[in-house]
Amino acid sequence: MEIVELVDFLKNYDGRKIRLMEVCGSHTHAIAKHGIRDLLSPQIELLSGPGCPVCVTPTAYIDKLIELSLEPNTTVATFGDLLRVPGSKESLNEAKGRGGSVEMVYSPMDVLSLAQDHPDRKYVFAAVGFETTAPVYTLLLDNAIARGLDNIRILTALKTMPGAISFLCDNGAQIDGFIAPGHVSAVTGADYFNDLAAKYQIPFAVSGFGSKELVIAIYGLVQMVINKDNTVKNYYTSVVDSGQNDIIEKQLAKYFRPADVVWRGMGIIPGSGLLLKEEFARFDAGSDGLDEDNKRNKACRCGEILMGKAKPHDCPLFGKVCTPMTPEGACMVSEEGSCFNAYLVK
Amino acid sequence: MGKIIMEHGSGGRATGELIREIFESQFHSDVLSEMEDAAVVPGDGTIAMTTDSFVVTPLEFPGGDIGRLCICGTVNDLCMRGAVPKYITCGFILEEGADIDTLRRIVKSMAETADEAGVKIVAGDTKVIEGNGGIYINTAGVGFVPKGVDIKAKNAEDDDVIIVSGNVGDHHATVLSQRMGIKNTIVSDNAPLQEMVGKLIESKIPVHVLRDVTRGGLATVLKELALASGLRFDLFEEKLPVDPQVQSFCGLLGLDPLYMGNEGKLVAIVPKDYAVQALEVIRSCKYGENACMVGAVNIPEDETEEGALIMKTEIGGRRFLDILQGEGLPRIC
Repeated sequence: MEIVELVDFLKNYDGRKIRLMEVCGSHTHAIAKHGIRDLLSPQIELLSGPGCPVCVTPTAYIDKLIELSLEPNTTVATFGDLLRVPGSKESLNEAKGRGGSVEMVYSPMDVLSLAQDHPDRKYVFAAVGFETTAPVYTLLLDNAIARGLDNIRILTALKTMPGAISFLCDNGAQIDGFIAPGHVSAVTGADYFNDLAAKYQIPFAVSGFGSKELVIAIYGLVQMVINKDNTVKNYYTSVVDSGQNDIIEKQLAKYFRPADVVWRGMGIIPGSGLLLKEEFARFDAGSDGLDEDNKRNKACRCGEILMGKAKPHDCPLFGKVCTPMTPEGACMVSEEGSCFNAYLVK
Repeated sequence: MGKIIMEHGSGGRATGELIREIFESQFHSDVLSEMEDAAVVPGDGTIAMTTDSFVVTPLEFPGGDIGRLCICGTVNDLCMRGAVPKYITCGFILEEGADIDTLRRIVKSMAETADEAGVKIVAGDTKVIEGNGGIYINTAGVGFVPKGVDIKAKNAEDDDVIIVSGNVGDHHATVLSQRMGIKNTIVSDNAPLQEMVGKLIESKIPVHVLRDVTRGGLATVLKELALASGLRFDLFEEKLPVDPQVQSFCGLLGLDPLYMGNEGKLVAIVPKDYAVQALEVIRSCKYGENACMVGAVNIPEDETEEGALIMKTEIGGRRFLDILQGEGLPRIC
């Protein structure tokens, strides 16, 4: 079938309501970027799940980064999108304004040259992310060890996907199918989701990020829902294998151990995160136990939105108090956040 | 000559030497050489004035440097109101330790760019501060607006077309590549646009709006213009001119060319009937060969479309674009 035929089907579908969830921030962004929602019948609803790493980071983590940035001779290095995320009282940007040392970098590897050039300063990288980004931090540590740099630390908020998907399914999120995260699958392999599909009797479609790739995967997923084909199908074969990437898995196993971690708005999910192993604890800036999640504005519904139980428009703050310029919750900060993307369409 | 030291800012002998050897010898400006407290220059009519400060890192990059940038930035700001740029002033803030050979190259580049843009550097100032060898430049410019020319942000009208004068994102991608040590052949588009604007006005094309596409990128500029007019701006994804290398660079880093800055591109909004002519004029200019018609201005169909910038995506969807949120990349100009 040609793409236009797939679009035609999706646009004119008038069967029972189908709710699909993407659990990858890059998918959320790509769906908005390509205007994919415009191509779907009102009977096909796309929900944005907990796939944006910034959006699922609890306030205690931001507060800890702020505390570190204000310590003498310490600099917090971070990707740009974390700067504006509200902690319980303020954001890193606000802390920077009152003297916190915060540096925005494009790659964790930038920390190596910073640390080398300023041996008297301690550099803490805000290591946020999923299965996809975690391997990069292991390379940072490999390099730090090889170069004998003892002034590099990471503060981790690393999460793994299966725990979050189980949590959603166990807690009554009404979802008919998952668009499986393309980047995560590139690391873990598509089979990673087999157990979840079988346990919860729900289909998964692994998708790429181009407009056509998304249309193909969504079409495939809708067909699977209709045919009750509760398996995992890989529509991103140019990048994703069925099995895991052994090199990366080995790197992850070398440095990290599974841990119970907090997801913003969702609470502690057992075994859904990664923490540094005991033998690498010297690189940890205090990541364990950052469990408090006190949102700045009590009315913020980011948690429910992440779980697909509410839509951005259901939140009383959305578009009024909470906008991309004045975000109350993390979902409004990141380009990958569901509120941010919904705000653009209003 | 070595490095800048605090003495270069003393106002005494060292300052005099620096001015003579570095600035005066390059700028060849009779007005400047008078060394008066203020430049007195001829001119009458409607005056356009602007000022801009330049803090880019690195100071030199493929396709330009802070010197070329500080002339182009101010020249282009004047041009965007339809003015003919005429006079420029420059203020240097030099940090202790700044490399004097680098400064010499920057000043030479300023002089050459000023010649190219047809502007005269008529006044200048130098200060030296403690620091780490940084160089910062402020320029101010004066131009004259020809009679009958009225170009401003809110002038877009229903049925106008939107033209962009070339590939978007080049400058931003160049500076970022340099900072990250990524090897590629991307070159900054850093250029003065007085030829392009002059020809558009000479051709009697009733230009409604001109804007240079700098920080924030094309999307930010167009969204601001859409808000200023209250109309709906439609953008066509498949028409956007992006260099393939810049496109891949952006893909790799998760950046969007729509939000990346340029330093030698403009957006022109003209009535549909003049679209082809305007495009031809722009393409005939030195820095306009890749100019494209990228969108259209329309009356909003409902209130959600008032001041909206909507991109028709290649697959047929719609993407609402807003101004750049957050920092983007600091210190690109």
